[in-house]
Amino acid sequence: MPLTNEIIQQKLIDKFGDQLIDWVQPYGMLTFTAPKDLNLKVLQFLFDDTELKFQFLTDLQAVHYPDSKGAELAIVYHLHNLTDNIRLRFKVFTDINTPDVYSATALYASANFMERETYDFFGVNFTGHPNLIRILNVDEMDYFPMRKEFPLEDQSRVDKDDEMFGRG
Amino acid sequence: MNDHILLPEGSIEKLTTTLNLGPTHPATHGVFQNILELDGERVMKAVSTVGYIHRAFEKLAERRPLYQITPLTDRLNYCSSPINNMGWHITCERLLGITLPKRVDYLRIIIMELSRISDHLICNSIVGVDSGAFSGFLYLMQFRELIYEIYEEVCGSRLTTNIGRIGGFERNFTPRAFEKLEQFLATYPKQLKEFENLFTRNRIFMERTIGCGAITAERALNYGFTGPNLRATGVDYDVRVHTPYSSYEDFDFKVPVGTTGDCYDRFLVRNEEMWQSLSLIEQAYAKVKEFKGAEAEVFHADVPAYYLPEKKDVYTKMEALIYHFKIIMGETDIPAGELYSAIEGANGELGFYLISDGGRTPYRLHFRRPCFIYYQAYPELIKGGMLSDAVITMSSLNLIAGELDA
Repeated sequence: MPLTNEIIQQKLIDKFGDQLIDWVQPYGMLTFTAPKDLNLKVLQFLFDDTELKFQFLTDLQAVHYPDSKGAELAIVYHLHNLTDNIRLRFKVFTDINTPDVYSATALYASANFMERETYDFFGVNFTGHPNLIRILNVDEMDYFPMRKEFPLEDQSRVDKDDEMFGRG
Repeated sequence: MNDHILLPEGSIEKLTTTLNLGPTHPATHGVFQNILELDGERVMKAVSTVGYIHRAFEKLAERRPLYQITPLTDRLNYCSSPINNMGWHITCERLLGITLPKRVDYLRIIIMELSRISDHLICNSIVGVDSGAFSGFLYLMQFRELIYEIYEEVCGSRLTTNIGRIGGFERNFTPRAFEKLEQFLATYPKQLKEFENLFTRNRIFMERTIGCGAITAERALNYGFTGPNLRATGVDYDVRVHTPYSSYEDFDFKVPVGTTGDCYDRFLVRNEEMWQSLSLIEQAYAKVKEFKGAEAEVFHADVPAYYLPEKKDVYTKMEALIYHFKIIMGETDIPAGELYSAIEGANGELGFYLISDGGRTPYRLHFRRPCFIYYQAYPELIKGGMLSDAVITMSSLNLIAGELDA
């Protein structure tokens, strides 16, 4: 029987109960949210389970939601089961003041650079990462540039401020 | 047997040599820095530094309407910009729910496969150059020129193409573009055959590349390899087959795989992929020629909110003027949604993770750059090998600095 989103969801609920929330399927990809202490357990379960076999980490990155207090940073994992060709996405949310999340480097060698990149741009502190230093930005940088508090000039702005056009 | 200088006990001289390979070393073909710890000529340890040409595309993309992000994708893998452009258009079209006419899909396949060829031919001929065989590079390079001329006929530029638009192409292919395509299809196979004759069974080349920079399938998967580098280890993962986009399911092609994952297998896989791409182009071109009448003139879908109207309509029709203004000023709200869309880039799975909150620009856009992810295996690949093998491994991985650093 081919693996479907429903089977995966059922298996995860059987294992973790109602700790996993926000089950949605935007554009057909199963998406859910896990508590941040459980991220490694979920990854390990998805990796080890003989039916699920999500053994390929496609992508890992963060998103900053400054308005949701206490859960400002979302770390998003994209996993791929190459045998059954099915993808899955799950998120963990963390407080921006204590952005500590367990590192997936022990499970996926590919997580090394991806977590460094996420740290570099969002300041997510991956506990257990062997070498968590900046990767794309300069080492001296003392802020995390992809956070929303650093806006660029809005090219699609509605105010059309004349100052922006040199006429202020 | 000692293959390095023996130092007397208690010598203050360091037993190993530290060598700074890069960032602008001629052998690295791009801005890569590797600090190597050498024992004689053997690499004991490597530390890679990346980020020398980081341009903050993800941040820039958060302030740009969809169509203005296309030029950013050009500059990821600049050896095959059209694939990145198409990947971005396909992402937008999936988000907006646009279906394209078949002719557009086939034209896109022609362009994407041409750029796959141009990417692979550079990579393979550079592997040749790094192993000391320069002429193969010269034989193939003229065909990259021809491919660039085809791009030029379609979009007006050569390297950073910005080709296509959301919903199709900016203009129909000119007869001259098809002429050049026919010329390419007629002349390239012969040259590629000659290139293969020079390399594939060449004793020197085989000795130089077999067993060099090898990786097992398990390690490659764990390191997130995709594309030809993964297929060289024996895993037949190809996004074109696994999640077909742009009507790839209408075509008949093979996914070549290797066994050992070394430089030689990567070379063979890329060569075979060029043949497969040629066959795909021929099939797509044959299908394009089958369209008759009005269908043969279709080059974009009917999506006025995202596709620029014809200039003469802008001057004469009210509606066209409104759409033109809204698109140019980036005043079209995009639907809220969350989407991961991947295509098979020349180096592997090129993914776009797009979160839209319903505004005019993406809330967050992340590029999954295949180079960036598999580059972290480089120290493991070259460990224990010779210094010259490190150079050849780097070129056979086809690292593109633009894609690495985004």
